[in-house]
Amino acid sequence: MTEAPAQSEAPTPAGPPVRRGRASAGAGRLAALLVSPTLLVLTVVVLYPTLMALKESLYGAKGLDPATGFISDTEPFVGLGNYAEIFGDAGARFWNAFWNTTFFTVVTVGLETVIGVAMALIMHKAFKGRGLVRAGILVPWAVPTAISGLLWRWIFNSDGVANALLGQQILWTTEGVHAKVAVIVAEVWKTAPFIGLLVLAGLQVIPTEVYEAARMDGARAARRFWHITLPLVKPALLVAVLFRCMDALRMFDLPYILVGAQKHSVETLSMLAQNEASNVRFGPASAYAVILFLYVFLIALAFVRLLGADLVGGGRAGRRRRTEVTA
Amino acid sequence: MTTLTAKWRGGLVYAGVVAVVAYCLAPFYWMLVSSLRRTGDIFDTSLVPSPLSFENYRAVFDPAQGFGRALFNSLVVAGITTVLALVLATFTAYAMARLEFRGKRLILTLIIATSMFPVVSIVVPLLKLFTDIGWINTYRSMIVPSMSFALPLAVWNLTTFFRQMPDELEHAAMVDGCTRGQAFRKVIVPLAAPGIFTTAIITFIAAWNEFLIALSMTNRPGMQTATVAISKFTGATTYETPFGSQMAAGVLVTVPLVVMVLLFQRRIVAGLTAGAAK
Amino acid sequence: MTTRTTSRAAVITAAGLLLTACGSSDGGSGQAGPPSFEGRGPITYVAGKDTTGTVQPMLDRWNAAHPKEKVTFIQLPTDADAQRQQMIQNAETKSDAYTVLSLDVVWTSEFAAHRWIDRLPDKRFPLGKMLKPVVETARYRGGLYAVPASSDGGMLYYRTDLLKKAGVAAPPRTWDEMTAACAEVRKLPEAKGMSCYAGQFQKYEGLTVNFAEAVNSAGGTVADAAGKPDVDTPEARKGLDFLVRSFRDGTIPKKAITYQEEDGRQAFQSGKVLFLRNWPYVYSLAQKSGVKGKFAVAPLPGLNGPGSSSLGGHNMAVSTTAKNKATALDFIEFMTNEKNTRTLLEDASVAPPYAALYDDRQLIGQYPYLPVLKESIVRAVPRPRVVPYGDVTAAVQQEAYAALNGDKNSAQALRDLQKALSKAVAR
Repeated sequence: MTEAPAQSEAPTPAGPPVRRGRASAGAGRLAALLVSPTLLVLTVVVLYPTLMALKESLYGAKGLDPATGFISDTEPFVGLGNYAEIFGDAGARFWNAFWNTTFFTVVTVGLETVIGVAMALIMHKAFKGRGLVRAGILVPWAVPTAISGLLWRWIFNSDGVANALLGQQILWTTEGVHAKVAVIVAEVWKTAPFIGLLVLAGLQVIPTEVYEAARMDGARAARRFWHITLPLVKPALLVAVLFRCMDALRMFDLPYILVGAQKHSVETLSMLAQNEASNVRFGPASAYAVILFLYVFLIALAFVRLLGADLVGGGRAGRRRRTEVTA
Repeated sequence: MTTLTAKWRGGLVYAGVVAVVAYCLAPFYWMLVSSLRRTGDIFDTSLVPSPLSFENYRAVFDPAQGFGRALFNSLVVAGITTVLALVLATFTAYAMARLEFRGKRLILTLIIATSMFPVVSIVVPLLKLFTDIGWINTYRSMIVPSMSFALPLAVWNLTTFFRQMPDELEHAAMVDGCTRGQAFRKVIVPLAAPGIFTTAIITFIAAWNEFLIALSMTNRPGMQTATVAISKFTGATTYETPFGSQMAAGVLVTVPLVVMVLLFQRRIVAGLTAGAAK
Repeated sequence: MTTRTTSRAAVITAAGLLLTACGSSDGGSGQAGPPSFEGRGPITYVAGKDTTGTVQPMLDRWNAAHPKEKVTFIQLPTDADAQRQQMIQNAETKSDAYTVLSLDVVWTSEFAAHRWIDRLPDKRFPLGKMLKPVVETARYRGGLYAVPASSDGGMLYYRTDLLKKAGVAAPPRTWDEMTAACAEVRKLPEAKGMSCYAGQFQKYEGLTVNFAEAVNSAGGTVADAAGKPDVDTPEARKGLDFLVRSFRDGTIPKKAITYQEEDGRQAFQSGKVLFLRNWPYVYSLAQKSGVKGKFAVAPLPGLNGPGSSSLGGHNMAVSTTAKNKATALDFIEFMTNEKNTRTLLEDASVAPPYAALYDDRQLIGQYPYLPVLKESIVRAVPRPRVVPYGDVTAAVQQEAYAALNGDKNSAQALRDLQKALSKAVAR
């Protein structure tokens, strides 16, 4: 074992992350052995189909031969034509969907984070029947998306329970801000527990001594939360938020089922891709998918870069702080 | 004074719990209520179904729907996916959290990148592949593609949880004569139990709710999963929305998961205490 | 995770990934005659989930009579888009898993033009005994590509009790008569708070149906017989204006902009709407509701006389990539024969393609609406029969919705629609 505890206790300034011990050949071999099954599986199920999609995005839709009335057998190679079309003629629709997607992601993930962390803190408090409460909180996340879309469509029906409770006559599924609100409410309801559950697990692996030490220090609740709890659950929270962001950026079912296709107020990039595909224009559909992929990839990359120390390793902020407190 | 604040705090927590539970369960309650209405009453907005009717549940479990079998299929597919993903991800996450080697960040980025390409774009190439090798209508044709989203999720979560474990404990165990593997199994895994079980639950739910792959890879009714079965629910005629039985099926798909979480709950707590005893 | 794994309608995003890999080489064969249907053996029948349990017994009868050519029922999701996409996925992977397809009437042109389905020999089927507009939905460029198995048409449901009380003798034949009758009924105390008319105006296929009906009922067209768009006309504008005006003056309630079939049925059954445009399925359900015995059906009203309905229903076709096509042809003949479509009508209230069944006294006893439905189907105008139907219906919904919402005046909407349709068809 090559770990040198003294070395890793060294302060970690922002900058190149401190290596945890020496990267020995032995560790490298072991790592390769442990990592390769995962990479192998992912190559088969993801990489190969992904490359096919990239290639497909360079081909246009098949044309109709006016003489025979039949669609030609081959797709014309159009190079980057599909992309040019998306940013050109279809530009207005694309940017609308782009902003919708971004807006939904920022708002829903933001709300989910706040609500999810609150849920986790509450669930973490010991009290009677906590198991049941935890299971109850999981219910929204466990409901299949399509079913939850139907459920919310029913709730937001013009004669539905939402209007009955509000005493208003809001036509939720028509164009406008209210349609966005409906989608956000349904999405946040469904996915806040995802963050809640992961943060809870993060809380549970914090030893109680840490809290007790802090309480003895006389740290107030709010201070304890900001300076102890939050930094400790940060890695778990960040992973949860990262996966939520990536998922929200691909949002499709919920607006599609809840509000409907072709509603500009809620149209997302995935819906555009689906629209092309369902009209048998696979090239343009793949181009949308590739653009969406790049967008999601950039966000993920930014996450990994910005928060790399906490996510990937190098910085040992969490553990170091704990050692300080317990010491 | 202190007892008073403690009481206040207790009350506050209690109120918070009630609020959170209400928030999570109110829409689900609506689902339950709607599933217990008669088909003709589905437009009601009363908070309690009257008369109470189980016709939707009877419709769901009508042998012709094959819903029981579909639930079993879902259990098999999601269960095996979860176990496989967790095993593979545990190895990988251990390497990520505990070993120092070149290209770690790249590999983690790659893993998350693969989980980003929409499943819709990988289904058809895989469908073609599985048709050629005769995998259509098998469990493995659903399990293998499900790994595309289950594995990245599991790897990333487990890595975080493993990283939170203090190295010192592992070192102490190895000083005591444990091998690296034993130290991992006997010290890290019990300590990280809440994280592992949480990851298992989340992976299981994701696999349980999978629809597109299951729909494309099977065409025999006996092989369809619960989500696929639900998509085939119909009213008595084309235009009639079988909302009641869809909601009933939603309840029936959700409840096993919740029961599972309740069962795992003990393990989580057990894992915690086992860790604390170290 | 779930948001992406349950993307039910997005199946075929990926279907195209294989096109380049498996494009067939027999390109440009031109308008070939009917292919030979060879091979006997087991086949599959692919359709949306059987709603009533009447299909399986029918298949069982076939299987008992043809032990070596058994048919397996592959049931697809209820959602029509999901059905279409599974079928396209099957065609694009050149799979032989699907043999006989049950197609929505509006898919025929698209499936035929892509050569996903085979051209069928006309003479094998008793097309002459079927209602003419129904048979037309199975043709593409003159060739028969499918066989009608069922039909559907819109009808006007109205409250007989209220009309009678208000002294209106007969159901309205024109929009003006409908508005006038409504004004009379609204004077009654029991009609307080009632709306006049509802249809399907949510932005989905139902809007295309309702828009096309309004345009056709005013003497206009969406696209001509050859599939060429011709919607920017004074007649079409009169049709659209009827809907726009009705929304504006409250003849159609505001919330009907969110209505699909079921919402309108609910409003009618709970006595909130006097006149409702809907499909025959409503009839038996309304008979079990609060308006039991208080309603009847009539042909849809139009501008200067009875209007025309859009056509619904399903046709059966043979997948190009299937095996055992001789059996498939026999099976289609079996499923679409008069006896079996009659069974479907009796047991599942599926409207048949055969003219004679609509005049059958025993059947009329069971379904009093049959004569009205027949009239509605005979006068029906098919929805635009174009290859890129998805683009066409999307454009119609886009512009009609904008007009109904008041975002555009109807003249502008029709101008834009004509432009969008021309572009879609030229693509």
